Order: sequence, then C-alpha cells, then structure tokens
Amino acid sequence: MSENIVERLAGIAPSGPLGAALQGRADVMAMTEATHDAALKPADPGGLSHALRAALAARVARLNGEEALAAHYLALMAEAEGSEAEVAVADPAFKGDDAGRIAAILAFTDLVSMRPRDTVAADIEALQAAGLSDPDIVRLAELNAFLAYQIRVIAGLRLMRASA
Amino acid sequence: MSGIIHAFTTQIPDWRPRVRPVDLAEATPEQLDALKVTPSNTKVSDYVLVLANDVETLKVRTPLFNAIMYNRGGLSRAERELGAVGASVVNRCVYCAAVHASRFNQLTKDERVMERIFRDGEAARLDARQAAIFRFAVKLSKAPSEADEADMQALRDAGLDDGEILDLILSAALFGWANRLMHVLGDPVAREDPE
Repeated sequence: MSENIVERLAGIAPSGPLGAALQGRADVMAMTEATHDAALKPADPGGLSHALRAALAARVARLNGEEALAAHYLALMAEAEGSEAEVAVADPAFKGDDAGRIAAILAFTDLVSMRPRDTVAADIEALQAAGLSDPDIVRLAELNAFLAYQIRVIAGLRLMRASA
Repeated sequence: MSGIIHAFTTQIPDWRPRVRPVDLAEATPEQLDALKVTPSNTKVSDYVLVLANDVETLKVRTPLFNAIMYNRGGLSRAERELGAVGASVVNRCVYCAAVHASRFNQLTKDERVMERIFRDGEAARLDARQAAIFRFAVKLSKAPSEADEADMQALRDAGLDDGEILDLILSAALFGWANRLMHVLGDPVAREDPE
C-alpha cells in the first residue's frame, strides 16, 4: 500500500492497474501530502491548534460520508491531545455553545464545506465578531478548502480503481 | 466603490477582499519568499496577499496548483480548464469561472462552449467528450461528491485514458479548493478602468 494518504484511502496499490498513471503524477501526489501537513500540522498554527484542525477535518470528512478519512483525522486529533471542547468538534451534530468562538467556527466550516456557493460577506463578519483574527479566518478557509480537494481526489481515485 | 458581480462572465473582474491582505511593508521573510517578491517584482495581487496570511499553506499550494494545471502530458490544458470551470459553476465562484473560461477560450479559439455553460449551467449541451468531462467535474464538485460509476464509464467511453482521467480528477478537485478561497474570502467586482 502506498504511503500517501489519498492513495491509501482510495485503496490504490502501487503495483495495481492505476499505478502507472499515479507514477506519472508522483510530484502532484507528494505535493498533496505536503499541503495536508501544512493545513493540519503547521509550525505556526496561529489561533487554530493542531487538535482543533484535526477535529474539524474529521467533522468535514464525516459530513462527506468519508469514514476512513475521518478515522485518519481522529487519530491525528488523539495524537495532538486536544481539550474536551476541541474533541467535541469532530461530531457533526455538535454545533458549539451559543454564539461562542467555536460555534462560529463550526457554522462557517459546515457552510464552506457543504454549501460554499451560499457564502456571503456576513459569514466572514460573523467570524470577526466572534473574535477570530483575519489571519485565522484565512487559515480556517484554507483548511476547509484543502479538505474539499483531498476528499474529491480520494472519491475520484476510488471510482477510477473500481472501473480499472 | 464598484458593485459585486453575480452573473457568470468571461470578462475577468477585480477581486475585493473581505479580510485584510498582508501589507508588503510588514511582510515576514517567509511571506516575501512565498510571494516571490523581489526588487524587480513587487506586483502581488490582493488575493495572493490575503492568502499570505497562511504562509505555510500558500508556500506548498502554489507549486501544487501549477503542477496540476500546467504539467506535461495527460489531459490537454483546455480540458483541465473545463474541469476547473465545472467546479466553479457548482460552487458559484464567478471570479474563478471568468479566469478559467477565458483561458479555455484562448486555448480552443471557440467561445461557444463557455457561452453554453454560462447560459445553461450544469445542463449545458456539449459534444460527447466535453460533456463527459464537464459532467464528471460538476458531479465530483457537489458536496458530498455525486460522481458515480456511470460518470467514470462515460469518461472512458469518450476516449479518456487513465492519465487523462487522473488529471481531470485533480483539476476539478483543485477548484474545490480554489473556489473555497476566492468565493469565500472576497467578492468579484466590476473592473475599474484606469482611463
């Protein structure tokens, strides 16, 4: 099994029928892994801890029905030893406490991951009102955006494998 | 202040950020490096300056973007742009759609494909190969993804090989990413003419 996350979770074997196509894009696969690390485990996490990032990622994976990917992020979350409040985030049914910072982060994450077209300026203002700095808003958007990419690469590869 | 553009267009708008772009005068060495700012190149768009707020991601995303859209072999450049437009239509990223529809038009010298897509959206009627590509990109871009075995078979029936299909997956998925930055962190606004 491949060492990179998307190929592993799509069930692609390096020696299988899709191995050659993926070998031709080995640079892209390596860069994809690097973006995962930058979005989930940055050296400077700003106001979004590694545990919170992993918990949000598990939440978004679950919202997309990607249970194996959610398990990957739950493992990262456990590694990062998040607080109880951070761990709660991984459950899509949890919406946060009234009008707090986490509630704002969750509302934004659920919107951007599942209905990005409906995002408006007021959604950014809500994060600012909840106390997020502009750099943290960009970090949160990047995390969501990266996950949308990763989830679709896995979904696409899985379909390719099934029809190879 | 210019008005926000809501309709798809091939006229590339300006982009007005909803959060504060990094001020070049205050940028860290790491940010300057990721922005590729040199004494002879100090022009950086507001969009990239906004992304510089998360410099670690920006630094690795830029080469990934370039590799997926421009590397050699595999799916044609125009068809990668079609994948990008499919995602941008689903996610209603007017700015992304404008940029990548324009590139498609430049590459193909045929404006009818994008006219149909902008007029009819996901229901646009295209030739068999373009239709298979566009439909796959659209369905992969839904959340959760709605692409299925029949969509994959349609790509194979239209003559796409494994390398081409992989490039399509990557370009459509990449715009799931780009749309969630461009459409979320700012607004497309009418370009103010310098004249």
